[in-house]
Amino acid sequence: MSVLVVLEQRGGKWNRMSFEALTAGQKIAQIFGVPLQAAVIGSGIESLAKEAAGYGASKVFAVDHELLAKYTPDGYTAALEQLIKAANPKAVIFPHTYQVRDFAPKLATRFSNALISDVVEIKDDAGKAAFVRQLFQGKLSCDVQAAGEPAFVSVQAGAFRGAEAAANESGPVEAFAPQIEASQIRSKPEEPFREAQRSVDLGAAEFIVSVGRGIKEKDNLPVVEALASALGAELAASRPICDNGWLPMERQVGSSGQTVAPKVYFAVGISGAIQHLVGMKGSKTVVAINKDENAPIFETADYGVVGDLFEVVPALVDEIKKAKA
Amino acid sequence: MKFIVSVKQVPARDSSLRVSSDGKWLDESDITYEMNEPDAYALEEALQLKEKLGGEVVVLCAGPARAAQTIREALAKGADRAIHVQIEETGTLDALATARLLAKAVQAEAADLILTGLQSDDLGYGQTGVILAELLGYAHATIVMEVEPQGNTVRVKRELEDGWFQNVLLPLPAVVTVQSGIKKLRYATLMGIKKAKTKEVKTVAAAQLGGDKTPGSVMANIYMPQRSKQTQMLSGDAKQVAQQLVEKLKFEARVL
Ligand SMILES: Cc1cc2nc3c(=O)[nH]c(=O)nc-3n(C[C@H](O)[C@H](O)[C@H](O)COP(=O)(O)OP(=O)(O)OC[C@H]3O[C@@H](n4cnc5c(N)ncnc54)[C@H](O)[C@@H]3O)c2cc1C
Repeated sequence: MSVLVVLEQRGGKWNRMSFEALTAGQKIAQIFGVPLQAAVIGSGIESLAKEAAGYGASKVFAVDHELLAKYTPDGYTAALEQLIKAANPKAVIFPHTYQVRDFAPKLATRFSNALISDVVEIKDDAGKAAFVRQLFQGKLSCDVQAAGEPAFVSVQAGAFRGAEAAANESGPVEAFAPQIEASQIRSKPEEPFREAQRSVDLGAAEFIVSVGRGIKEKDNLPVVEALASALGAELAASRPICDNGWLPMERQVGSSGQTVAPKVYFAVGISGAIQHLVGMKGSKTVVAINKDENAPIFETADYGVVGDLFEVVPALVDEIKKAKA
Repeated sequence: MKFIVSVKQVPARDSSLRVSSDGKWLDESDITYEMNEPDAYALEEALQLKEKLGGEVVVLCAGPARAAQTIREALAKGADRAIHVQIEETGTLDALATARLLAKAVQAEAADLILTGLQSDDLGYGQTGVILAELLGYAHATIVMEVEPQGNTVRVKRELEDGWFQNVLLPLPAVVTVQSGIKKLRYATLMGIKKAKTKEVKTVAAAQLGGDKTPGSVMANIYMPQRSKQTQMLSGDAKQVAQQLVEKLKFEARVL
């Protein structure tokens, strides 16, 4: 019995969230009183597996097959199904990445289980693990228990601190060769690509005024534009604003947009969904203006104003102008 | 082509959410409901594909009796007919249990392409489409931005992290989970609303479908998140909070 953490790499590079999953795995292993193991999947991943062995796992499986060189849900599911049957863990832990979203539910189904997805906290409930998930994009929390074994759990970006390499300890690497046939893999992935180059680099901005769906209409944008110009700030937005074409895509902040770390980030009419938060959590000071006192953005804010942005923002523009005069 | 769109009815986005007294779900007394937003985009995509390629759009929904309203909305927007899997649970059925019901309900339909939203705004498991694909033995792709059927395959553009994308070719039949915001949503026309009243809605009770009902996970209790960060909440009228905020930014955070 063990807790097995499935690490993620692409083209020989780690997804850093893998190390956060290791920390979560460590915690679950302690609750269950079993050792921690890890797995790396791909083709020619021996050296990555060796590196992973330095992060506190008692053993690392190198799940290696040429058909795993490119990620496919069929290939990964087949390989991990075999590994899990062989290693028989009590729980399988993943980082909640886009790739994990793509295959882990399929894998869990093979074991008549559901993935407990996007977990933010793990509680010790008398030797059982309770997994805390967010509902309604962070407005409510819920304690979830696994219905069967192994439990399948994915952990949210940033919820756990990334594991650090242990000083001079290193567990063994065990090669695991899954049986996969080319005919089992139904999807044909092409090379990943990026769209046109960004001309705005929000990453360098010192002040950012970011606007969300609370602005209601495109015609209301001058309200926040006035705040941005009073501050000498870059204007940014949550995803729906860019989806609607109200601001260009390159001004989107979040998991599918830019990552920013300004001195001050004003979140105006933004609820604070995790996909937005991961893009701005590194800001030094966060100011949130939202009419809903329970909006999750307040959890990330240093200063919060519960109020109507159409009243608060113009007043703020006046005060900033006065202060700067 | 035969398109099936799986939609869920969820509490409207700006509902004020109160936990029910037993701590198991919400107090539903003053909640209004709407179609889950990503599902609305899945429906839009299916309707546009049908307009281009011909065929049929079938709406599939597992939900309590009140979900009939969301099904009508989908029919009014242009779906041809619907299957309503009626369940007792109002909100807490997990993705595995839901997908099992959906799979049973559509097995005989022989769809070419099943579309659904990438996650629900309420429970947010983000799994129903993927599990449905696995149970039906179909290929799948998630977080899809563009869908282009080509003969007996479909080419989809998937979103990856950090502004990366990837095209993937899948054999049909397949399931795709659609990202929000990929097209402009249509409104139901008056004509559409009228027509929807005559369209077929097949209602099947979940119990009738039978099968495995064990959930994949158990929701023990629901609560308001505990705040861990010391957020300074400023109060007063607009002018007062603006003054306080500028003071704080100037002298406390020292950023102005
Ligand atoms: C795979 C994936 C990737 C994603 N990537 C991103 C991403 O990169 N970036 C991103 O931002 N999102 C992303 N999202 C979407 C994300 O989940 C949220 O849906 C989105 O961030 C919500 O945007 P919002 O806060 O503007 O809108 P909402 O959630 O609708 O919030 C609007 C807020 O405005 C407030 N409000 C309304 N009126 C007023 C008023 N008059 N005054 C003050 N406040 C008001 C409301 O109380 C509410 O809190 C992604 C989602 C997925 C599934």
